[in-house]
Amino acid sequence: MAPQTTQDATTAAWVGIVIDTLKANKVEFVPYVPDKVLAPLIRQMAQDPFFTLLPVAREEEGLGIVTGAWMAGKRGIVLMQTSGFATLPNVLASLVVCYQIPALMLVSERGTMGDHQLGQALVCRTLRPILETLGIEHHTVQRLDEAEFIVDRTIRQAIATQAPACLILSPLLTNRPQGGAR
Amino acid sequence: MIPVFGSSTRDEAKRLNRADLTRRLVARLRHDEAVIGGIGHTNFDLWASGQRPQNFYMLGSMGLAPSIALGVALAQPQRRVIALEGDGSMLMHLGALGTIAMAGVRNLIVVILDNGVYQITGGQPTLTSHGVDLVAIAKGAGIARAGWVADEAEFEAIVERALVEDGPWLIGVRTDDAAPEGVTDRDPVRIRERFMQGMGVRR
Repeated sequence: MAPQTTQDATTAAWVGIVIDTLKANKVEFVPYVPDKVLAPLIRQMAQDPFFTLLPVAREEEGLGIVTGAWMAGKRGIVLMQTSGFATLPNVLASLVVCYQIPALMLVSERGTMGDHQLGQALVCRTLRPILETLGIEHHTVQRLDEAEFIVDRTIRQAIATQAPACLILSPLLTNRPQGGAR
Repeated sequence: MIPVFGSSTRDEAKRLNRADLTRRLVARLRHDEAVIGGIGHTNFDLWASGQRPQNFYMLGSMGLAPSIALGVALAQPQRRVIALEGDGSMLMHLGALGTIAMAGVRNLIVVILDNGVYQITGGQPTLTSHGVDLVAIAKGAGIARAGWVADEAEFEAIVERALVEDGPWLIGVRTDDAAPEGVTDRDPVRIRERFMQGMGVRR
């Protein structure tokens, strides 16, 4: 289906970049806990036989799965939203970081730039401090023209350095104002 | 004669010794099967059974042995993968049982070692001591090949089947409160590197 609006075209563009870059880096296992912003990405992955998409009950499970897959020779990325990330510090510290697992995370950043939920806004403030406390490399994707570079290089560095990494999708990427009335 | 798997209830199942049944399990592994040992005494006795390169020992992330095992099983569908998990750990991630059923992995075996207590922290009762039946929950989650084993002989017979017949399997074992027979070395990078060699990923 052809994009109907400029916003649809932007969504199709970042989703396409993420999918192509994951494939180019052989990242095939994708446990996820859904998020509205990630919905078009999840939908497109579900139609692509390259990916093994796993709807997990909790984000921690997803990290367990990609850890097992990595140790057995395959790559994976866990999709989640900000509040899901906030459930992860114990598993990040006691499994992913200390065993040196290049577990990849893709977090849709909710609770910022106009979110109406106080709970989401508060939990959003924990995202980067947790990553920094644990020394986990993280990059925020804000612009389409940088997206491929950031996603590709982050994945490559994670694998080369055997360290986890987190990609944060900012509303500036996923919901950037297109100009004009919306 | 092989008994019908799952004919015993949790209350009928004999309480077995964890170190002994871990040795019995490992003795039946002839094809470099992977074994993921959950946190605590579960992996202490796996360690004590002999440090196979195909064993992975968790030092934290309580409750994730079945999920790590699922990742290994998905990545290497030709290899049998066994998760050893305690009742306290399994109670933390009941959703993982649904994920395992949904993923439909034929090569995964989850062994629940249910002593009814958090043994390593002083023996406080877990919810299984108050009536929670992890085998019933596994069946409800969609793992059809789930059952309690009556005794050592049934455990060995079911393990033998699970190593060749399609899973996923969940084998419930009642265990006693005997102390573990070893203590796992706390060197996560060495554990992970050796396991990756055991999985044929590293030389």
